[in-house]
Amino acid sequence: MMAPSAPPPTGEVALDVRDLRMRYGTKDVLTGVSFTAHRGEVVALLGPNGAGKTTTIEILEGFRMRSAGSVSVLGHDPAHGDEAWRARLGVVLQSWRDHGRWRVRDLLGYLARFYAPYATPEVSRPWDVDELIAVVGLTEQANAKVQTLSGGQRRRLDVAIGIVGRPELVFLDEPTAGFDPHARREFHDLVHRLADFENTTVLLTTHDLDEAEKLADRILVLDEGTIVANGSAEQLARELTTQAEVRWTSEGRRHVHAVMEGDPTGFVRQLLADDRGVTELEVRRASLEDTYMSLVHRAETEQAQQTGQIEQAEPAEEVQS
Amino acid sequence: MTTTTKPDARWAAVRAGVSRGLLETKYSIQEPSDFIWYLAFPVIYVVVMLFMRGSTVPGTDFALGAMVLPSLVGMSIAFGGLQGPAGTIAVDREDGTLLRAKATPNGMVGYLVGKILMFTLTTLMSLVALVIPAVTVAGDLRLDARTWLLLVLIFGVGMLATVPISVALGSLLKTAGQTGLLFLASMLLIVPSGIFYPITALPEWLQWVGQAFPYYWLGLGARSAMLPESMVTAEIGESWRTFEMFAVLGVWAVVGMVLAPIVLRKMARRESGSTVAAARERYMAKGY
Repeated sequence: MMAPSAPPPTGEVALDVRDLRMRYGTKDVLTGVSFTAHRGEVVALLGPNGAGKTTTIEILEGFRMRSAGSVSVLGHDPAHGDEAWRARLGVVLQSWRDHGRWRVRDLLGYLARFYAPYATPEVSRPWDVDELIAVVGLTEQANAKVQTLSGGQRRRLDVAIGIVGRPELVFLDEPTAGFDPHARREFHDLVHRLADFENTTVLLTTHDLDEAEKLADRILVLDEGTIVANGSAEQLARELTTQAEVRWTSEGRRHVHAVMEGDPTGFVRQLLADDRGVTELEVRRASLEDTYMSLVHRAETEQAQQTGQIEQAEPAEEVQS
Repeated sequence: MTTTTKPDARWAAVRAGVSRGLLETKYSIQEPSDFIWYLAFPVIYVVVMLFMRGSTVPGTDFALGAMVLPSLVGMSIAFGGLQGPAGTIAVDREDGTLLRAKATPNGMVGYLVGKILMFTLTTLMSLVALVIPAVTVAGDLRLDARTWLLLVLIFGVGMLATVPISVALGSLLKTAGQTGLLFLASMLLIVPSGIFYPITALPEWLQWVGQAFPYYWLGLGARSAMLPESMVTAEIGESWRTFEMFAVLGVWAVVGMVLAPIVLRKMARRESGSTVAAARERYMAKGY
């Protein structure tokens, strides 16, 4: 499959979320989210629009107050995280027009200065700015104004800003929305580099299964405010997909048999025992994509049934302070 | 893994803020639209002087053009301090600049230091530009050590009295589009400010309104610094009221410095990726 080789978890827990709940007015957006992430792991929060991905990540970033549940981010409660805690985090924001007049190197150099006092013997902070610019492939644009960058270049600058303090944990919310395939590929390489060489923990949200498969060691499927599946792409396929198709050729004729529930191995053993002439045997599971699409479809239909219309994404405003 | 905020981290943020202020001033000067704005008051003054050519303050032989200059100095300070920061905060909130500051350790400290420095420098710049047309009336003005000392003090107190209150006002705005309201309000307040029209000629209630706001006092302070002693007769109570001037501006400074961090913190706490995304969608939907 496409999943990258996972570095073995070191056992150190970077993220620990238990029974996280969020309610806006009378609407429950998160109805009990629990998961953990270890150092160096890349975890994708996958789900249809309105599933609560952005709400979850913003609570972990310390930008939103949760309604209930316990959350530990690098050993601290994000609701009371201090500046030293913030210095160990990287938040990749989606830039829009901010700092448009600034030059790329000036902006990174400015933001880097805030992290220098938080260097430790184990982690030297911040990144060398020119080295970081090279890592994200913006060397040619180092002296360009931010407002002259293309969408993909700007996104790479966002990533550079997010990691300039050499964070132990990086949050990415819908990182490749609006990317062309080339920019997306480059971005994926960058995330792999972070996890593999820097031992950075990465939590990203996406509604794109393909992206989650390519990037993540582990995928959490979020649906209706709760996690319905948790594992590698292969594990998810096993957990979520129950249908399998068995095809074979016997006496010059092609046969197809659908196994609706459970393990198709039993059927195949029986088939091979009964019929010595079986050739071109194929066992094919429903793809994870089929399963995910049916989940997205079901989520949308249920929402439509409950409310009479397909709901928008989670409410963006009105947070208690 | 240390969890305490190191004291040098705050200092690093203040130093970063100073570099931010210098960089933003540099970028701003390089931007033609901003640069024109900084030259607005000197240009207004040139136009006013053309109209007032040969006119004198009624009952005296003092050139009206020389009379207006100190009032414009006061107004440049008030305008630079009141208008700029409020508008910037509202825009920076909408485009995500503030959220970046919030996502950076001690980033808000750096942001505020940078803004205060930038507005101080750019306001100072438009004041210096005023000197160019002012040379023509320099003969009528009182320019001695006392003048410069008073002007420096008024500039400092004026910035303290206006920038924090402006930051608080800007934090209260819901969208960047509402900064127009602030602009309108400050234009209205110029009427009873005694800058273009003697405050003593206004109805008494309007005189009180004028005297409640920093515009009048900054204008008065600049007049007291630059006009000859004989011109004091045109003021309320025939006095420069230097003590009252520093007292009123001091009150505005204290009120602003108490309110600004509270309002700013409350506003910043609400900022997140999705609030910025929502602002972006609002902006895109309007199509400009």
